[in-house]
Amino acid sequence: MNIRVSASDVAERTLGIIRDLKHLEGPMLPILHAIQAEFGYVPEEVKPLIASELNLSRAEVHGVVTFYHEFRDHPAGRHVLKLCRAEACQAMGSDRLADRVRQLLGIDFHQTTLDRAVTLEPVFCLGLCACAPAAMLDGEVYGRVDEHCLSEIMAEVRQ
Amino acid sequence: MTVTIYVPRDAAALALGAEKVAKAITQEIVARGLDVKVVRNGSRGMFWLEPLVEVETDKGRIAYGPVKAGDVGGLFDNGLLDGADHPLCLGLTEEIEFLRQQTRLTFARCGIIDPLSIEDYRAHHGFAGLEKAIAMASADIVKQVTDSGLRGRGGAGFPTGIKWKTVMDAPAGQKYIVCNADEGDSATFADRMIMEGDPFVLIEGMAIAGIATGATKGYVYIRSEYPHAIATMRQAVEVARAAGVLGQSVLGSQHSFDLGIRSGAGAYVCGEETSLLNSLEGKRGIVRAKPPLPALQGFLGQPTVVNNVISLASVPVIMDQGSEYYKNFGMGRSRGTIPIQIAGNVKHGGLFETAFGLTLGEIVDRIGGGTATGRPVKAVQVGGPLGAYFPRPLFDTPFDYEAFAAKDGLIGHAGITVFDDSADMLKQARFAMEFCAIESCGKCTPCRIGSTRGVETADKIMAGIEPEKNKALLADLCNTMKFGSLCALGGFTPYPVMSAMNHFPEDFAPVPLIEAAE
Repeated sequence: MNIRVSASDVAERTLGIIRDLKHLEGPMLPILHAIQAEFGYVPEEVKPLIASELNLSRAEVHGVVTFYHEFRDHPAGRHVLKLCRAEACQAMGSDRLADRVRQLLGIDFHQTTLDRAVTLEPVFCLGLCACAPAAMLDGEVYGRVDEHCLSEIMAEVRQ
Repeated sequence: MTVTIYVPRDAAALALGAEKVAKAITQEIVARGLDVKVVRNGSRGMFWLEPLVEVETDKGRIAYGPVKAGDVGGLFDNGLLDGADHPLCLGLTEEIEFLRQQTRLTFARCGIIDPLSIEDYRAHHGFAGLEKAIAMASADIVKQVTDSGLRGRGGAGFPTGIKWKTVMDAPAGQKYIVCNADEGDSATFADRMIMEGDPFVLIEGMAIAGIATGATKGYVYIRSEYPHAIATMRQAVEVARAAGVLGQSVLGSQHSFDLGIRSGAGAYVCGEETSLLNSLEGKRGIVRAKPPLPALQGFLGQPTVVNNVISLASVPVIMDQGSEYYKNFGMGRSRGTIPIQIAGNVKHGGLFETAFGLTLGEIVDRIGGGTATGRPVKAVQVGGPLGAYFPRPLFDTPFDYEAFAAKDGLIGHAGITVFDDSADMLKQARFAMEFCAIESCGKCTPCRIGSTRGVETADKIMAGIEPEKNKALLADLCNTMKFGSLCALGGFTPYPVMSAMNHFPEDFAPVPLIEAAE
């Protein structure tokens, strides 16, 4: 994931992605996922390119990008830690866990640590409800997150 | 002779360390020069025992669990390959009480086979339903599904066969089968388990739906929070194409059917079928007004079947064993089996597939074994974030669509979250409103504005500000949301709020105001 790119580079790579996926029925979400995988976020400057290639208005593209929680408008930290905030995890003390994580990282949800090591995000259900509380670090899943498991996660993000 | 060891690849097993266990097992095999094959299966659905390692012996599969990577060396020393006794040994997997009591029709293969081995799938009755469907007229397939009594397992409980008939009868150049795998309800993981543990059964079910309705294309819309399910489904589709199950000629027949896997982007409301269709088309996941029904004007305006994962995955067994066989399970108008997911603060959490009709108390106390913390059960929420909270006096309610509706609740996708006596039901009611506010698509006012006002009103009750007046206001707001919202998000958010308020009034009692400092 390269997040320092020039504008012309962004345009070229974006057009490549759009050309690869444009033939799909309903290509918008696959294109946005591919852009986020490429740049780590959805840069503002890709919106007019998508609009012109898919024959949509810029407002429509902006509307789609901002509707979905998954798409970011700026790069995340080197790691993304998602904590489940839904009911099954609440029943197993996820609120206390969230307080502990916020305290350990010194940030709130939707924030990134100053050293850009980690971004903390809430997630509403990872489908790990029978081994709650659950978390996901960069796509790796963790169940029954206790103090021991949390220290492993913290060691991982501080690397 | 080669011995087979099974280590699950299910996301919940991975979350509990299955990858480390599999690595440790592979290391032991290499170090000891053993003739052992490791199969990464799905989960059996007993999550308090995960990672659950199984060994194939001449007596049957012997289970060990929960296994940690550090246990592996000792297990091999003690004769793991012969299924020898050990403190972690659970005996024959099939004899474990939690599994023995189940009726596994939809999940018959889950946790047993290698999810990506099409040979394994065939060897366990795979594609028998599809082969029978190919030999039948489309109207007969639809009739068989209708006769089975199968109802939408996503939560709405609409008869699957009737939906299919509408699409079958609709004239169109292109029709679609869309599988709703946006399983966003807390306490539910059945869709995830089947996609990770037996993906071909879903592909088979969708192909049957395609042949029955004349649809030649399908999509599985999977939530982005399920990366493992997405990866497994994508691989399974490739394997199915190479094996001639998907493509121009399904299993050599004149029927054509192909599938695409699409990922959502973190929007709970996209589990609502019309909002899912908008999302699939690349639009904002805004709810559409009905009519027109998706069955007539769905994806890209074409007739579309939108079915939940479990509904579609239940079709192969209905086609293979017949509608009578399936229909004979269950009670009242709830026919067949339902994969109940027991989660939250529970001792034996997992997936329990059984015929409709068990009481809530049997599920929570006998099968689930009470709470994980050992404290008394205070409430259980049935049906995810839009489901009602049930107190112990209602634990005699049988698991059945109509019985739950009669108690102002819903089965939903059959997820049950158990809470112990430390739960604060006012806080849970507030969360229901907060969740609705976060996830509302914004199209209709009762849901968009009502949820935010609901959070504020709950906060006032919490702070002891005019509690009686604010409780009445909250009830009035719920009434408006229930009857004025376009879809189930705003329409059902009142269920958890009102049930919390009605069944646990003590948690909504006024707290004394802290006097302001002079």
